[in-house]
This record gives sequence, C-alpha cells and structure tokens, in this order.
Amino acid sequence: MARVGRGLKGLAAAAALGWALIVGAPAEAQNKELRIYNWSDYVDPEVLDAFKKETGITVVYDTFDQMETVETKLLAGKTGYDLIVVTASFLPRHIPLGLYAPIDAAKVPNLKNAWPEIQQRLAKYDPGNKYAVNYMWGTTGIGYNVAKIKERLGPDAVIDSWSILFDAEKLKKLSNCGVHVLDAVEEMFPAALRYLGLNPDSKNEADLNKAAELLRKMRPNIQKFHSSEYINALANGDICLAVGYSGDILQAKKRAEEAKNKVEIAYSIPKEGALMWFDSFVIPKDAANPDAALQFIDFVNRPAMAAKNSDFIQYANGNIASKPLLSAAVRDNPGIYPPDAVMSRLYTITPYDQKTQRLVNRLWTRVKTGK
Amino acid sequence: MSGRGATARRLVVALPYLWLMLFFLAPFAIVLRIALSEVASAVPPYQPHFEGFSKLGEFLSGLDLGNFKTLLDDVLSGDSLYGASYLYSLRIAALTTLFALLIGYPLAYAMAVAPKRWQGALLVFVVLPFWTSFLIRVYAWMGILGPEGPLDKLLMGLGLTDEPLRLLNTEAAVLIGMVYSYLPFMVLPLFASLQKFDRSLLEAAADLGATPLTAFLTVTLPLSLPGILAGAALVFIPCVSEFVIPDLLGGPDTLMIGGVIWNEVFSNRDWPLASAIAIALLVVLVLPLVLLQRARVARERAA
Repeated sequence: MARVGRGLKGLAAAAALGWALIVGAPAEAQNKELRIYNWSDYVDPEVLDAFKKETGITVVYDTFDQMETVETKLLAGKTGYDLIVVTASFLPRHIPLGLYAPIDAAKVPNLKNAWPEIQQRLAKYDPGNKYAVNYMWGTTGIGYNVAKIKERLGPDAVIDSWSILFDAEKLKKLSNCGVHVLDAVEEMFPAALRYLGLNPDSKNEADLNKAAELLRKMRPNIQKFHSSEYINALANGDICLAVGYSGDILQAKKRAEEAKNKVEIAYSIPKEGALMWFDSFVIPKDAANPDAALQFIDFVNRPAMAAKNSDFIQYANGNIASKPLLSAAVRDNPGIYPPDAVMSRLYTITPYDQKTQRLVNRLWTRVKTGK
Repeated sequence: MSGRGATARRLVVALPYLWLMLFFLAPFAIVLRIALSEVASAVPPYQPHFEGFSKLGEFLSGLDLGNFKTLLDDVLSGDSLYGASYLYSLRIAALTTLFALLIGYPLAYAMAVAPKRWQGALLVFVVLPFWTSFLIRVYAWMGILGPEGPLDKLLMGLGLTDEPLRLLNTEAAVLIGMVYSYLPFMVLPLFASLQKFDRSLLEAAADLGATPLTAFLTVTLPLSLPGILAGAALVFIPCVSEFVIPDLLGGPDTLMIGGVIWNEVFSNRDWPLASAIAIALLVVLVLPLVLLQRARVARERAA
C-alpha cells in the first residue's frame, strides 16, 4: 500500500498544506467528478475504469503512502477530496472533530455484503459503523527471502516468531544481508509490547519504555526504517527480512515471480500475534460530491468488484460475499485470509493521546538514531 | 524630475518590498503566530493565543513562550534531540560547503581561464543538471549508491574494494548527494568573480619573484574572496534546512533539522513546536550572517 519515498510525499504534502492555508478551498468540483485519495497501489485500475464507464463520472485518483500525510491534510482544513481511505485506528481521533460525514446506508445497498466480524472489529474505532466502510484489511508481519534466510540460519530455519527481530543473537546473523522495518510507531511498539508479554495496546509509560529498550537492541542490525522501500528491496533480493504490511510483502513476492529473478519471498504472521488493521472509506464533511462517493463505495462493494480488487492487490477485503469469487491463490493464502486459529491471535490498537504520541515518537526517534 | 517620474520610481522600488512582505514577512508572521500557540485537538490543530491587534495588550501580558521554553529546556538538558539535530545539520552543511569549495574552485578557475569562446558552453554544462528535476537526480543517486549498484560494481571491478561499500543510507551518501546538488551554486559566483580577475596581476607577481603558489595565495585567493563567500552562503544556508536529500539518501542516524520539523508536524501533530523550531533555526542562521555583514561593512569603511 505504499511506494513513493517519504521525501516526495513530504514535499507534496507540505506544498498542498501551504496551498490550502493560503488559498482556502480548491475550486468547486463539478458534479461529474469524484476525487479519491487512497494508498498507492491499492486498487485494480480496471475497477476504476469500469466505474467510469458505467457512471460517466470522472475519477481523479491521488495516492499517499503514510497516514500522517492524510491526517495533516485533514487537520489543516479542506482536503478537496470526496472519498478518502483511512486506517481505522485514526478514526477515534478524527470522528469527534467532525471531519467526516456519516455514511447514508440507504444509498449503499451493497453494504449488505459487509463481513460481520470485520464490521464488529471496526466498530471499536467507529461505534455503530456510522462513518466508515471497510475497504481492505490486513496484518503487519514479517516478509523474508527464503533462500537467504536458509543460507544464514540453516536449512531447517522457520520464521514464525518476532524473536527473529527481537532476539539480538538471531538478528545479528542477518545483519549483513539487510533488514528493513516499518518507520511507524503504531506498528512497531505494539509488536515489541506483545513480544514482551505486555498489552500491545498499552499506553503506560513504563511499558512503552520497556518496548523502546527492546527496539533499541535491534537498531545496530537494521539497515533502514522505511514504510515502503522494502517492497522493491525484497522483490529485487536486496534484503533478506522486512517487517511490513501483509499485502505489500505479497506484492513483492508477486513482482519477484513476474521478474523471474529466482527470488522467493514468503510472509509470516508471527505466532505471538500480529497487528490487524483496517483501511476504510470515509467521506470528508466538506466533500463536493458526496453522492458520487457513495456510488463508488457501493460499486466496489459489489462482490465481483471486491474480489477483483483483492486479487489484484493481495489484501483481504471486508466483503464476505466476494469470498467465493476470489482466486484460490488469494482465498487460500493464510497470509491474506488467516485461518481462525491465527485470526484469534491478531490484536488491534487504539490511537495515542497527544502526550503519549509525543513520548512514543521521541522514543522511536532515539531508537532510529541510535542515540 | 516630474511628479510622474517620481511616482513611477517609487513604484519600482516598492515592488521588491511588496514581494518580500508578501512572501517572506507574511508567512513568517503566520509561523510566529503558530509558534506562540498551543497544541489542540482541532482543525487546524492549534489554539492561537494571539487573536488580533485589538487584543494585543491582553496577548502580551499572557505571552506564551511555552514552545520556545520546551525547546530551550530540551537543548539545555544535555540529552537533546533538537540540539543534536541542529548541530548535525550545521555539520553536514559545513562539510558540504567545504567539499563544494574544494571541487568548485578548480572547476570555476578552469572555466575562467578557458578561451572565451568555450566559456559559454562550459557555463551551460554547469547549469545543465537543473534541466532535470532535482528529485529525479537524487533518485538516480539512490540507484548509483545502492547495493550492487554501478558504483560498487565499478570499484569491485577495478579491484579497489573487495566487498560492496553499502554507501546508501549513510552520512557519506548524504554528503555526496548534497555536494552534487549544490555544486553549481558554488561554481557560478566563483566563476563570476574569477572571470573579472585581471591576470596581468599574476604576471606582475611573477616578475616580482613570486612562485605560482605564492601568487595564488596572496593575489588570486584574496581577490576571489567575495565569490567564495557568496558561494559558501548559497550552499550553506539551504543545506542546513535540507530535507529531501537526507531523507532519501540518508539512514536513520542522519537526522537533520528538516526531518525533525517533519516529525513534529506529521507524526506529533504539533504545529506550534514545529514552528518554534523553524523560528529558532532562522535566528541561529540569520544572526551570524547579520554579524558577518556588519563586520564586512565596518572593515570596508575603515579601509
């Protein structure tokens, strides 16, 4: 779900932010135009084309690769978008600010296909499922280069635990072949907390300090903290391990297969458990064309369209009716649709308050800089 | 002079001031206002204390320097994130300026002494990289410096190194990218000042028995000092606040102040503190320059 370097995105975001502050509202969108803001590489382009063809609505489709970019735009005021895909854990902070318009369920008949379990988990962030409709969901786990791991750790090595990252002895063996981890506190702290046997959603300062201590130990053997570069790095065989988003790692696997470069990538959900996250459609309160946004939500919730998207981007969707229509490679992949036993070990988190956010970001900066 | 001429002249003089007001002073005022605000869970995410000039008195009596105090406390704590990244930014900028000077000076010199008919073409070569997007050129460096990239292959092929250097995501990569990107800003003012240089002075020095080295050190170098200073300022100042190059080519430990401000705005949602950091940076950068300028003017008056 992420691709461009942070610099590019940062620049674009800063420019957009400045523009929004100076000019205020972008020009009123026309009735026949729908402006969508989504994670990069997070839709099958054919689905967009089919929507345009059927409705005659022009789609302006922009992408981002970090939630912080979206959040900053939302907090600056007008975004100029009609439909945004946001990660659910940000919703409890946004909904009380009145950033979003409620979803008019009457205009989205295909909501009947929604997966009850996903709806229920999502309701933790959006009580009553009033503002958000799930698009895709996934996990944050470990992707690795099968051959390189065997070469370093022995032919019987299995990657099934966070210990490969948090056990310094094990990680050391991989240090010269490249390890990337996500540059995202809300992914890395819960994993460390879980490994320590603490509540992954803990906001307790002592717990967070312990987690930071653990994370600091991995620092000397990490080559890069980045939220999107690992996809290419894995696919090219440049690195041997990455902590990343399930679908991104599976996209790396697909790319390596297509490139026929003999790089075999695998994805593992650690046995201690992993973070489960949800990306959901929301409609900003000041959307110029909310009806087109609802129409689009309904369109992608047709079982066939949801299946098409999931087949393309390698993420599970929140549409239960699409399951029979999925390709077997996606439906039967435990990295995408985990079996029930694994599902029960997945955890979710809630957002940090301002003070805790500052604390974890400071701790994380120290982890990254090694100071 | 006719009245109309005076009006026109005033208008011409007013334009640059208007420009500065609109695009420098006004944004600065906005940033300062945010810096004196408090973080809030709101849109936009801060609560200003300064609400307009009618309430100026009220505002001044309750002036909130909390963000600057946070910054100062942090810098004084000895375990400072902000202080460390300020210093690191200064260090990278200084090294970049030094290397740009070391590479740029011979380059500019060679251009200045080249036959006149070549100079235009040489100048075009220096400016040519600007025709390609800056970002694309930095991305190209990611490829060159990356693992198993052309540079490693070349060095290993020549037998100069036995194993890949893994330069990407290190301080060296940041420096390479910065020197590369800012070199033209050093070369152009140097070229301008060396081109004006009267080379008969060197002949005179030689006649008086100076070796080429002495002549360079006592004649050429002092006379090109304005060019050196202008080039150094043009390289140093943007380098301190550079954000893209350290972000793309650097590693986790190359945290410059631009990256810290990014974190404050995007990760911490703390616009006021980010603004305070930006203003502190401005003060740290501008004050020495003002002092330098004053010293120069004073020296010229004395001479």
